[in-house]
Amino acid sequence: MTATATDAAAPAPDQGPGPTLEEQPIVEYKNRRIPLKLAIIAAVWVLGWLLLRGKMTLSLPYAELNGFMNWLNDVSDKVGDWQQTNFFFHTVLGNIVTFINDVVAWLQKMLSTPPGARPTPEIGWLGVTAILGWVAFAVAGWRSTILVVVTLLLFNVLDIWTDGIDLLIVTGLSVLVSVAIGLPLGIWMARRKRVSAFFTPILDIMQTMPSFAYLAPLALFFGIGPACAIVITLIYALPPVARITEHAIHGVSESTVEASRSLGVTKGQLLRRVQLPMARRTIVVGINQCTLAALAMATVTALVNGPGLGQDVIQALQALNVGDAFVAGSGIVLAAIMLDRTTTAASERAERAARRGSGSTLAPRTRQLLLLGTAVVALVLAYLSHLYLWAAQWPDKATIGSDVSSWINDATNWVVNTFDVITSFVKNVVSYGLLNPLQSLFSNVPWWLMAAVLLSVAATLGGRRALAATAICGAIILGTGLWYDSMQTLAMTIVATVLTMVVAIVLGVAMGRSGRADLVVRPVLDTFQTIPSFVYLVPALALFGASRFTAIVAGVLYAFPVATKLVADGIRGVSETTLEATRSVGTTTWQTITKVQVPMARPGLILATNQGLLYVLSIVVIGGLVGAGSLGYFVVAGFSQQNLFGKGFAAAIAITAIGVMLDRIMRYAAARQE
Amino acid sequence: MSRTTRRRIGLVAVGATAGLVLAGCGGGDINSAGGGSSSGGAKCGTFNIAVNPWVGYEADAYVVGYVAKTKLGCDVKYTNVKEEIAWQGMNAGTVDTVLENWGHPDLVKKYITQAKTVEDAGQTGNIGVIGWYVPPWLATAHPDILNWQNLNKYANNFKTSESGGKGQLLDGDPSYVTNDEALVTNLKLNFKVVYAGSETALITAFRQAEKNKTWLIGYFYEPQWFLSEVPLKKVSLPKYTEGCDAVASKIACDYPEYKLNKLISVKFANSGSPAVGLVKNFNWTNDDQNLVAKYIAGDNMKPEDAAKKWVDANQDKINAWIK
Repeated sequence: MTATATDAAAPAPDQGPGPTLEEQPIVEYKNRRIPLKLAIIAAVWVLGWLLLRGKMTLSLPYAELNGFMNWLNDVSDKVGDWQQTNFFFHTVLGNIVTFINDVVAWLQKMLSTPPGARPTPEIGWLGVTAILGWVAFAVAGWRSTILVVVTLLLFNVLDIWTDGIDLLIVTGLSVLVSVAIGLPLGIWMARRKRVSAFFTPILDIMQTMPSFAYLAPLALFFGIGPACAIVITLIYALPPVARITEHAIHGVSESTVEASRSLGVTKGQLLRRVQLPMARRTIVVGINQCTLAALAMATVTALVNGPGLGQDVIQALQALNVGDAFVAGSGIVLAAIMLDRTTTAASERAERAARRGSGSTLAPRTRQLLLLGTAVVALVLAYLSHLYLWAAQWPDKATIGSDVSSWINDATNWVVNTFDVITSFVKNVVSYGLLNPLQSLFSNVPWWLMAAVLLSVAATLGGRRALAATAICGAIILGTGLWYDSMQTLAMTIVATVLTMVVAIVLGVAMGRSGRADLVVRPVLDTFQTIPSFVYLVPALALFGASRFTAIVAGVLYAFPVATKLVADGIRGVSETTLEATRSVGTTTWQTITKVQVPMARPGLILATNQGLLYVLSIVVIGGLVGAGSLGYFVVAGFSQQNLFGKGFAAAIAITAIGVMLDRIMRYAAARQE
Repeated sequence: MSRTTRRRIGLVAVGATAGLVLAGCGGGDINSAGGGSSSGGAKCGTFNIAVNPWVGYEADAYVVGYVAKTKLGCDVKYTNVKEEIAWQGMNAGTVDTVLENWGHPDLVKKYITQAKTVEDAGQTGNIGVIGWYVPPWLATAHPDILNWQNLNKYANNFKTSESGGKGQLLDGDPSYVTNDEALVTNLKLNFKVVYAGSETALITAFRQAEKNKTWLIGYFYEPQWFLSEVPLKKVSLPKYTEGCDAVASKIACDYPEYKLNKLISVKFANSGSPAVGLVKNFNWTNDDQNLVAKYIAGDNMKPEDAAKKWVDANQDKINAWIK
């Protein structure tokens, strides 16, 4: 993906392009006593662990619930009753749900699923390809058309047409609604500080709260199916639109706004004539982020029978069929690449249009004729595909989906059979050597000692504001009654983040230094960023067993692409003149990297760590599915059993609190150093 | 927004809509070209089957669905959801039937006894067994391991990086009933329950343990397709007696046998659809289900194809369901 898409699907409170680096002196700690203070904290911590191990850890047995969790269960039951009796939920919401489901069903009948007696949808593959290709041409240009056509042909070849198009339908509608709500919200937030202060934490929660936690109650309100899937997607995909719109309108230069004001325009005119057009490029970036976030929800929505490729992934996982899961997963990757590149191209065109008044190199009149002409061609093809079987049904012989699937299965078996002894050795080394001691240090000390450690680390690194954030989040975690498990999850998250950063720095430095490395690595990053983690869970389980380490591997695989891209970006930002200067005094490559590039890219590294951490946290729940236990497992259990709903929801709150806490500590720490 | 952009967006919208409408209104030539895949469909209408997330259930659903589609002309819809969500769906009327129910006394109380929106549709003929299993190589090498009283003797061998110095007892998907923590405590076993978190994780663990001859004991259940790939051996726990599982924290006995049953939404039961009779009459053995499940999971067949293969070979059973 392009640099603008780095934080795709991110639970990222920081949006927007990374900081650009101008020449800066090598950053030194302002306060030289910080390392000393940290050492003292660590010493007290270890001493406390030695003396007080296993006391007052607040651990709660698996099936036990506390008052708060029982209360959440009661709330969920009450809300369930409203669904039956309350007019708003029953009738108003009911009608909205029916309307959305009807729209989806109509689109499916038209584009993807044969209705009743017809063997094919109303418009066959040729027509759908032609229409979507034309739309790409109209909004983004002919290069995008080629991409769209190739992607849709691949859907056919891989034999995933119906679910692939369903995925596009659900994603498209979700993005449409997200933009319809998020754009005005973002504008409102940009204009009123108080509105922004009110909505920002809500958007934070929407992005970091694991969706498993509220899946069951949402399914109660929105029924099983497309409407519920769209609502779930909306919760996750809306925040980027609102945030980036706000950011974009703020980004319009103050002098331009002043100049317009002096000409006496009204507020509405200012918005429509000046701010929106100038912010257009960034807003399209927001829509791009929204699209990728929506695709990231594809497998989750499949759990409430949302249509699309996510269903194939989940089903393949049940049968442990890695090959099928891979084929369906690559469909999602293809869709992501197609939508990302097309929206990016649309944004670039929007920028050209803003500068020149027209996005096209053609004269407006010629362009209109061309659009009209190609539209007619697309419509004719659509009509043909309605009438004739050859244009509607892809021949079975021209599909390779099942072949690809069995190759992948064979390859996976080979890898597992060849390496499983070595990998389980690695798992044991990391688990016994690093994970067990660290988890014990975090969770087996009295809670008040651990809390004191967290607070003093926050205060030392980030000052008073970090201390306040940590105190609030810590209190929330304590309030959920899941302190012990939260600390276990925190320790795992830190190990996963450290491993992520090791990978990211190695790859990122290579990419930042060499264009060729970038060319090779970037597609790999794109793939890992968009392929659903469910696809590689089975081989990961076979290699590392059902264990916390497998969860960590899943976290690293999900988080390293973003972190790597941000590191590469930071390295590339180190100015050429500085590098020239170091070269002229004869430093070696290794010295240049360790003494100049990495230290100078520090803000980029901090941003990368922050994002890597939030990405790792965002799949703690996936970890629960492969043996990580703790919070992730409770969230999964809460979704599966109604008497554990409260516990799952409490665990989700704790995960969110951990995320916000770590994010704030890092942000304030980074701000202090600048 | 500049005027050209607005016009362009307008064009896109008009073009796309026109395409859909034009194609939608066109004649029905393609119908005669390829039609006839379903016969009629007027009498039965839509038939929504919940598909719970395990392969054995998929076997039930697609066999019943295939019969409903080909013999009764129903328009069959499969809804992929977990158990609790499927109950919610029957309550709301968006799901017609659940074809394999494992107990769930809390949901029975909520929806059958209190809300009266769901009813029992009889047994499937499958017997559900839950318990602790070991890979076959281990049962052969140490036959006495199949008695719980000898488990402590071997606890050291079951240690892993996850089990904190004790033997590891691996549990699976949190949807399933488990008393394992209470059992470990009350039987005074030197074991720790480790939650694998999903059926996928559990099966992979057993598969690797059998292949590499490593020690593993874990929660498992029958009927399950994986048993036809690796025939796990069940460890006997103190015998189940009526009421020995009354107090959750005091449980020290084996799991009861589950006579698996079918559920049907009251709304659908009163609809007069011929599929109601099919659901009520549907009945087969663990072996039948394991066979179809193996077609799906072991031989990587599509569920529809697996169902067709079994139905074609078992016409006599089908005839009894749709009599």
